[in-house]
Amino acid sequence: MPAGLLGIEELDRAEIEAILSRAKDFQLGPGQPLRKLDTLRGKMIVNLFFEASTRTRTSFEIAAKRLGADAVSITAAGSSVSKGESLVDTLNTLAAMHPNAIVMRHAASGAPHFLARHLSTPIINAGDGTHEHPTQALLDARTILDHRPALEGLRVAIIGDIAHSRVARSNIHLLSKFGADIVLCGPASLLPPELGQIAPGVRLTTDIREAIRDADVIMMLRVQLERQHEAAFPHGEYFQFYGLRLEHLALAKPEAIVMHPGPINRGRELASEVADFQRSVILNQVENGIAVRMAVLERMIG
Amino acid sequence: MASLLIKNGRVIDPAANLDTIADVWIENGRVAGVGPDIRIGSAQILDASGLVVAPGFIDMHVHLREPGMEHAETVETGSRAAAAGGFTSVCAMPNTLPVNDNPTVTSYIVARARQFAVTNVFPIGAITKNSAGEELAAIASMKAAGIVAISDDGRPVMNARVMRRAMEFARSLDLPVIDHCEDLHLSAGGDMHEGLTSVRLGLRGIPSASEDVMVARDILLAQLTGARFHVAHLSSRHALEMVTVARRRGLPITCEVTPHHFALTDAEVRPYDSNYKMKPPLRSGCDASALVDGIASGAVDVIATDHAPHPGSEKMQEFERCPFGITGLETALGLALEKLVHTGRITLPRLVELFTAGPARVLGLDRGTLARNAPGDVTLFDTEHQWTYDVNKSFSKSKNSPFDGRSFRGGPVVTIVNGEIVWRCDR
Repeated sequence: MPAGLLGIEELDRAEIEAILSRAKDFQLGPGQPLRKLDTLRGKMIVNLFFEASTRTRTSFEIAAKRLGADAVSITAAGSSVSKGESLVDTLNTLAAMHPNAIVMRHAASGAPHFLARHLSTPIINAGDGTHEHPTQALLDARTILDHRPALEGLRVAIIGDIAHSRVARSNIHLLSKFGADIVLCGPASLLPPELGQIAPGVRLTTDIREAIRDADVIMMLRVQLERQHEAAFPHGEYFQFYGLRLEHLALAKPEAIVMHPGPINRGRELASEVADFQRSVILNQVENGIAVRMAVLERMIG
Repeated sequence: MASLLIKNGRVIDPAANLDTIADVWIENGRVAGVGPDIRIGSAQILDASGLVVAPGFIDMHVHLREPGMEHAETVETGSRAAAAGGFTSVCAMPNTLPVNDNPTVTSYIVARARQFAVTNVFPIGAITKNSAGEELAAIASMKAAGIVAISDDGRPVMNARVMRRAMEFARSLDLPVIDHCEDLHLSAGGDMHEGLTSVRLGLRGIPSASEDVMVARDILLAQLTGARFHVAHLSSRHALEMVTVARRRGLPITCEVTPHHFALTDAEVRPYDSNYKMKPPLRSGCDASALVDGIASGAVDVIATDHAPHPGSEKMQEFERCPFGITGLETALGLALEKLVHTGRITLPRLVELFTAGPARVLGLDRGTLARNAPGDVTLFDTEHQWTYDVNKSFSKSKNSPFDGRSFRGGPVVTIVNGEIVWRCDR
């Protein structure tokens, strides 16, 4: 197995369980003081973000620092990347600095896989195009497990722009490996029928009410306007059919939780009341992001 | 010019319905005779025992990149790769820099070929000026300068009215119209065939419908105009169905299939490896097997490579930024033997027809046969020898092949152009 973490699809269940269980050790209990570890002291991690991201980059930085590693963050704007340097040249330059890992986000699907074939440095995928975002799926699983004893048998509704969502793909692979019952929901133009065969246990519907009925977990996706090359649905009609409103929640199981990878577009995919709803675990997801990324970094480099 | 006597080969000439052990005598660059035990005292002897002796292979779909993109390929390097693939003639697509849309560029390519090519080179002219899809190119003058067909390959004519006029004009010149059938609106932004693999990999899809829609349009326009219409690199089973039905109705419609489209599927795309990125994209398994069926039934006229060299620097990028196209001249025969002949789907004479009489008929060339007085173009190949393709030893300037390291059973052995041996296998 190549070092690094490129996607959930190629991970096995045991590997995922190990990361999730280690992440639990890194969670901060209420009132628990922050303790800096030195597990990765002397290691250098380069965060290379070819696409803007505040929360994922910050989360990786904090995770690295809590483990005692040195973290350097480079964003595309202002680096030689924006001066037309090719991806291969940029990465060769960075690899020559001998980092212990490269955390990479890129707008092109497969960009980290392409580089992993040409570099020996472990690459951790922090989101590639419309393909995968493995640490997001891991933190989502950690969050669900904080509220439920197991993933197996859970009904999870994933709602929104599935076609363009790397968060959806990684979550589908992870949840499917643990035997969850997954319902994908969105307008047909954002829900290619082949998604039904991407992993076992996946069903598709274009009706949000059907998707939410009896759900244990409701995952709302961002409407990725920046990834759509043309209007896939009539302007202004998205929220009407696929926005999550409070009355929808009555259809779900009583203890259902609402998740969102952020940042939220209030009024677009979530009614504002839902975002503030007590069973929303969105801020919980942010906290778990750090714990999960600590577990991943420790496992890949430590 | 010396005479050459090819002894004891299995001579397969589908145009003459010939399949027999015989000798082929070439004199002054032309076929002087085919028969048993020919004896010419002064002739150079080439022992072809155990080999197939066929008319020279014709690849009617090649990008030689000259003029303008000589860093990717030249007339010389492309023709050397062709010879190493058993081809004695190639047709050069017009998407050069500048586009071959006028007789000056045509004459330039013809002159470069005369000086540097080891094979015959037949230019194909653009349909529209700069292949921009708007105004017809200087088609009649290009014909006078040597083009054998017209095509806006890679930049298909989207305006049906322009295509209608092109077909009408081509008909009056008796030139075939070759279309790269792709609705650019439907395929826009796509990186690979739209299917489970594209969805899994998060790559934007190119639906088969983008090809089907244009094949349907062009069939209707061919019916309207009476033009000879040839579908380039047909890859979709639905498009093949439409071509088959149209031919049954008596329309003069022909089509070609590339080796990669019948040999590989979208499920075999190595993730994010641009050596698997081309247009049309590798389609589904159903499509690939329908293409093999069509080749076996006679619905497909030609195997052509769509040899599309790109230098490594352009192919070493994010998948979505890489240009479309792979090389194919040197692996075509090996793949055809593997997928068509060794599997028992077609006979050797049918294979030879797809590489010779088939394209000659589409283009109206007086080649693709060993008839007396035909040009002395001969391809010798074997069907059993095991060999492995090493792209770094390719004669092409570019190395963008998904078949590097693949083992083949059978392939080209000697290539003879106008009576001269231009390539010989060194194994």
